[in-house]
Amino acid sequence: MEFGPNLIIALIEGSVQAAVLTLIAVGLSLVFGVMRVVNVAHGEFFMLGAVLAWAVASFVGGHPAVSFILALIIAPLLVGILAAAADILILKRINYDPENTIVATIGILYIIQQMTLITYGPDARPVEPPFNHRFSIPWFEYTEQGYSMYWPWGLGTTSYKLFVVAAAVAVIVLLWLAISRTKAGLMMRATQLDRDMAQSFGIPVDRVNAIVFGVGAALAALGAVLIVPIQQAHYLMGGEPLLLAFIVVIIGGLGSLPGTIVAAVFIGLSDGIISIFFAPTLAKILSTLLVAFVLIFRPQGLFGKAVR
Amino acid sequence: MTDYLKKKQSRRQVLGTLGAGALSASAISSMPGFVRYSQAQTSEPIKLGLQVHRTGIGAAYGRWYSRTTEAAAKFINDNGGINGRPVQVITEDDATDPKRGAEVVEKFESEHKCDVVFGTLFSHVVAGSAPRAGELKQPYFIVSEGTQLAAGGLNRYVMQPGITDVKSQVQSMAPFISKNLGKKVTMVFPDFAFGHDHRDFFSEAIAKQGGEVIAKIAIPPTESSFTKYFPQIPRETEVLYHVMVGPAVLTFVKELGEFFGSSSPAIFGFLDSLEAVDMASPGLEFLEGSYFWEGNPRYAQENQTEYDKFYRNAVGVDENGASVSDANDISTYSHMFGCWETMNIIKAGMEASGYKDVNDRSKLIEAVEAMTTIPASNAHPQGDKIFNGKTHQVFGHQYITQVKNSKLVLAHTTSIEDTFYPDAVDYTTQSF
Repeated sequence: MEFGPNLIIALIEGSVQAAVLTLIAVGLSLVFGVMRVVNVAHGEFFMLGAVLAWAVASFVGGHPAVSFILALIIAPLLVGILAAAADILILKRINYDPENTIVATIGILYIIQQMTLITYGPDARPVEPPFNHRFSIPWFEYTEQGYSMYWPWGLGTTSYKLFVVAAAVAVIVLLWLAISRTKAGLMMRATQLDRDMAQSFGIPVDRVNAIVFGVGAALAALGAVLIVPIQQAHYLMGGEPLLLAFIVVIIGGLGSLPGTIVAAVFIGLSDGIISIFFAPTLAKILSTLLVAFVLIFRPQGLFGKAVR
Repeated sequence: MTDYLKKKQSRRQVLGTLGAGALSASAISSMPGFVRYSQAQTSEPIKLGLQVHRTGIGAAYGRWYSRTTEAAAKFINDNGGINGRPVQVITEDDATDPKRGAEVVEKFESEHKCDVVFGTLFSHVVAGSAPRAGELKQPYFIVSEGTQLAAGGLNRYVMQPGITDVKSQVQSMAPFISKNLGKKVTMVFPDFAFGHDHRDFFSEAIAKQGGEVIAKIAIPPTESSFTKYFPQIPRETEVLYHVMVGPAVLTFVKELGEFFGSSSPAIFGFLDSLEAVDMASPGLEFLEGSYFWEGNPRYAQENQTEYDKFYRNAVGVDENGASVSDANDISTYSHMFGCWETMNIIKAGMEASGYKDVNDRSKLIEAVEAMTTIPASNAHPQGDKIFNGKTHQVFGHQYITQVKNSKLVLAHTTSIEDTFYPDAVDYTTQSF
C-alpha cells in the first residue's frame, strides 16, 4: 500500500485507540489528582464495563442499538457504584496511605478478575455494534491527466469506529464542563488543591473521594462499552489498557487532566502510526522508553506541576 | 495409617490388634480394606492426567478437550475399561501458561500419581511441560499439532498419536491452494511456535508447487485489535492464508473482512481462526465461498461415517458442531477428536503391553511405538491413520471445506500419503 492511504488508516486506527485510551487515562488521572491514589485495579473496572455491556446485550436482546444505549448507561453506573463501595469499604479504612492503597488495589484487581472468571467464564464474547457500515475512502493520485480520484485497496473504515471517536470527544467535553462549571466540580478541585483546607470549609471530603473514585472507574467502563463492539469482552482484557493508561498519565503528568488528554492522543496516534509503518511491538517499546525519559528528565510529567 | 496409629491408639492396643490379626489371617483378608489392596493391580483405576487449558487464552479449546475426554473415558469404561480396570481422568488447569504447565506435570506425578499425562494443546505449553515429563519419565501424550515433536525437539516420553502435526497439514494444503486459488500467498499467523511452524513449512511447501509467500505477517496471540497489521498485505496478493489463535479470533476475522471490503483476494484459512466461533456470526459474511482447512469437519457432511455419528453423539455435539444443550456453544471440532483418539491409543498401548503400574511405562511407550496402521472405527472417528513410531507422530487425512450459506461443506479430502515427509528423528534410539 502507498504512503498516503497507509497514513489515513494509521490515523483512523490511532484515533480510535486514542479515544478509548483518553477515557481510561482521564479516569486514572482524576483519581490520582483528587485522592492521590494509584489505582492498579483501574484496568479491571474497564474489563468489567465490557463484560457488563455483553451481559446487558445478551439479557435485553432485541435490536443492538437498544441494548447498546442501555449498556452505555447501566455498565458505567454499576461499575461506578462498585468502585465507590470499594473506596468506602477499603481505601477509606486504610486512610489512603500510598503504599497500602497500591497493595489494596492490587487485591481489588485480582478479586474482580477472578470473580469475572468464575461467573462470566474464560471466553471472549462479542457484542454487536448498534450500527456498522464499512465505507471505502477515496484517494488522489497524480497521473498524466492531472490529479485523479481512485479507491485504494484496503483503505476504508467503519461508521462505528468514527462514532467511538466522536463519543469519546463528547464525553471529555462534558467532563470538562462538569469539572470547571459545576459546584461538584468545584468541590473536586478544592479537594485536589488542599484536602484539609477543603474539609475546614465544609466540603464532605469523604463523599468527594467516593464519588471521584466511582467516576474514575465509570469513565474506564464507558470506554470499554464503546470499544467492546470492535473488540470482544474477555476477563484478561484489563491488563494492556492499564499499562497504556499509566504510560499516558506519567507522560502527561499525574493529576493533570489537560496533560493526560494530550498524552493519550499522542500515544494513541503514535501507536497507530508506528504499528502500521513499522511494527506494533516497536510502538510499545518506544512509548515505554518515552516514559523512562520523562521519569528521568521531567518526573512531574510534561504538563504536571513539580511536587511541593 | 501411621498417623492414625500415633494419635489415637496406645502401643498396647496396636500390638493387640496386630496379634489378633496374626492369629486369624483369613478373617483379616476378608476385611474390605485388605481385599482392596490384595487386588490392587487388577481393580484400582488407571489414572489419566488431563492437562487442560481451562483458563487463559486457550480456554475455548480446554472446555471441549475436557468434554471430549470425559466422553472418551465413558466410552472406554462402558467397553470394559483398560485391561479390565476402570479409567479415571484427573483434570488440572495449566492456564495456557508454559510455566504452570510444567508445574501441572509435576503435580500429576507427585500428588495424583497418574499413570500417564495427556491433552496439552498450545505448543508453547508443550514446550514448557515436555522436558519435565521426560525428567520424571512420565508418558506425555500431546494433542497439540506442533511439529516440535516430529522435528526431534522433545524426548522419548512425548508422543502425539491422536492428531496430525502442522508440517503434514500445511504440506497437503499447498497443492490445493496453488491449483485452485493462486500462487502469490500472504500469510498471517500467530507469533509463537505453532505459527512459526505454519510460516516455515507452508513457505517450503508452496515453493515446491511453484508458488511463493510474498509477505509473512506475525501477530502476537494476545493481540486484541488487528487492522493495524493488515496494510502490510501486499496489493498483488492472490491468496490470503490466515491462521490465528487466542480469545480474539472473531475480532481478527471480522477486521479482515472490514479491511478488504468487497475487493478481497482468495482467502484460505485454518479453522483455528474460527474454532468455537459461530460461522453465522455478524461480520463473517465475506467468508462465503472461501476455503478452510479442518482437522475434522465441524458440520456433519453428506458422506458422514457411522463412526463420526457415534462420536458426535457421545460427546454431545449436534450436526452443526454446537453443543446439543446450547446451540451457541460451538465446539472445537477440528482439534478435540485428538483427545478421544489419544485415549483410545493409550488403551490399546496399555493392553498390548500388559500395563500394570508405573513400572511398565517404558513397555507402554514401546507398545505405542510399535503401532503402524490405525483403521477408522468408533475409537478413531476422524479417519484412518498411520503412526510413525520413530518420530512419535501420527499421520492422517486432512479436510478442506468451503463456506456455503455460512456452513462448511467438504470440498476435498487429502490422502494420508499427501501428508508424509522424511523422518527428522528416531526417538526409539534414545534410552529410557
